[in-house]
Amino acid sequence: MTSTETGSIISLAKTNKNYKLNKITQYFGYALVWACGFAAIAAVFWILGYVLSQGFQVINYEFLFTRPAGGVSGEGGISTTVVSTVYLVVLTLVIATPLGVGAAVYLVEYAGDAVKESKLVAFLVQAARMGVEILAGVPSIVFGLFGFSLFVLYLKFGFSLLSASLSGAALILPTIIRTSEEALLTVPRSYREGSLSLGATRWHTIYSVVLPTAMPGIVTGIVLSVGRIIAETAIFWVTLGGSFYLPQSIRHSGRSLALHVYMLASETRAFDKAMGTAAILILTIIVLNLTINLVSRRLTKHISGKV
Amino acid sequence: MTSEKNGHKFIINNLEVFYGDFRALKGINMVIKANAITSIIGPSGCGKSTFLRAFNRMNDLVPNTSTKGQIEKDALDIQMLDVAELRKSVGMIFQRPNPFPKSIFDNVAYGPRAHGIKAINQLEEIVECSLRQAVLWDEVKDTLHKSALALSGGQQQRLCIARALAVNPDVLLMDEPASALDPIASLKIEELIQELKQTLTVIIVTHNMQQAARASDYTAFFNMDDDRAGYLVEYDITAKVFTNPEKRLTEDYISGRFG
Repeated sequence: MTSTETGSIISLAKTNKNYKLNKITQYFGYALVWACGFAAIAAVFWILGYVLSQGFQVINYEFLFTRPAGGVSGEGGISTTVVSTVYLVVLTLVIATPLGVGAAVYLVEYAGDAVKESKLVAFLVQAARMGVEILAGVPSIVFGLFGFSLFVLYLKFGFSLLSASLSGAALILPTIIRTSEEALLTVPRSYREGSLSLGATRWHTIYSVVLPTAMPGIVTGIVLSVGRIIAETAIFWVTLGGSFYLPQSIRHSGRSLALHVYMLASETRAFDKAMGTAAILILTIIVLNLTINLVSRRLTKHISGKV
Repeated sequence: MTSEKNGHKFIINNLEVFYGDFRALKGINMVIKANAITSIIGPSGCGKSTFLRAFNRMNDLVPNTSTKGQIEKDALDIQMLDVAELRKSVGMIFQRPNPFPKSIFDNVAYGPRAHGIKAINQLEEIVECSLRQAVLWDEVKDTLHKSALALSGGQQQRLCIARALAVNPDVLLMDEPASALDPIASLKIEELIQELKQTLTVIIVTHNMQQAARASDYTAFFNMDDDRAGYLVEYDITAKVFTNPEKRLTEDYISGRFG
């Protein structure tokens, strides 16, 4: 046996040992990751289970279909708050969607050319981009205070659906702009070139090819925003007021589900009813998320031509 | 002003294209014959595609691009024409098939709709006629409302040709239209181009020497100069360029000594 052969055998044994050690490290790491994942999921299910089981003790026909009675005892149901939430979501989207998608279209499709033409426009576009980034991270109560001082007080809209949905729109605009921008950026350039090469105008290209192709991403952004509107409390506390009557017009005050949970928990003795409302809130958000998944998968499939 | 037999479709005067400070094409003077197939050959990076995209002003879409010199189409300076009108009459087929994520019908009807045709029976007529011209009708007539993305690559490219034909152009620019396709699909496209020559002027950029020799009437050989600017080396009847080229460079390229 030559010395080089002996050497190679020794090094082979070493590798074997390393291999065993590696395997142990591997198992250990695997177990750790698995435990972390399990703990996180368990916590989520525990919270869900707790809220739902507590909540379902008070949920019945009467709870769903009568309005809150007010007072510290927290009598009554949640009917008007469900309707107010729907009003609030619809009105907010009506304001924020055209603005947000429009802004994204401008930033992706037009800003590039405008920037070349003048330094001022370049600066403004840069400022707008940065503004969107910053606004996305601002706490919702800041939007609430902004809405309170501008819409409620200065413009004299009062505590109303109008003030609340305008403030809510300001809150979700950055989300809608960013998700729409990303969706537009994923549309291949070849689609735009194909359309323009047929003599279609730029607007026709955007309207007929770019926007439909980007639709799954845009819809995802909108539905995420709906979740945000349903879940936010502080911003609507200072803009929507808290009336438990059914709002008769956009100038009337109202109470969203999340706001109702907060008010029941902080101002009444009816903690069980707060749990019941929270359960409805959570169910709504779960259903909403499942819907996003379904809709955006369908849309993606439809657009990529698999159906 | 429509193309007469052996008329001049395009007259190119001292064309130069710049990307920022970089000169991509320099001093191009050419006459493109109507109702003929002109192929553009040359090594990678010599500005063939840039040259092609000058005819329908697609270079305008690339930021910081500027063009000097002049291209006349039917004796009119294309810079003076409305760009949408120009692109309507000068169709373009891209290297990779780029059908829209819509149905086959909507793809072909896209151009006519963009130019204001709404009547459904008129659209149906245009779609059928264009698909027949692109030799795709028999394959897709039963699936017109299925997504175009479900078609094979070769079918997609013929769909793109049908889509371009639907707005009734008199010129078709093709940027290596068969390079992403298998040999059979590629051959079909070539046969189709021969058919189209009856009614259209075709300018085709190709990497495939046999394709140029087989399928075109005129051949222009482009090369890249020392300053990386593309220029026209030789331009003649295809048979002449391939059998008896005037320039040594052309002969070297055609015989595969470089490129």
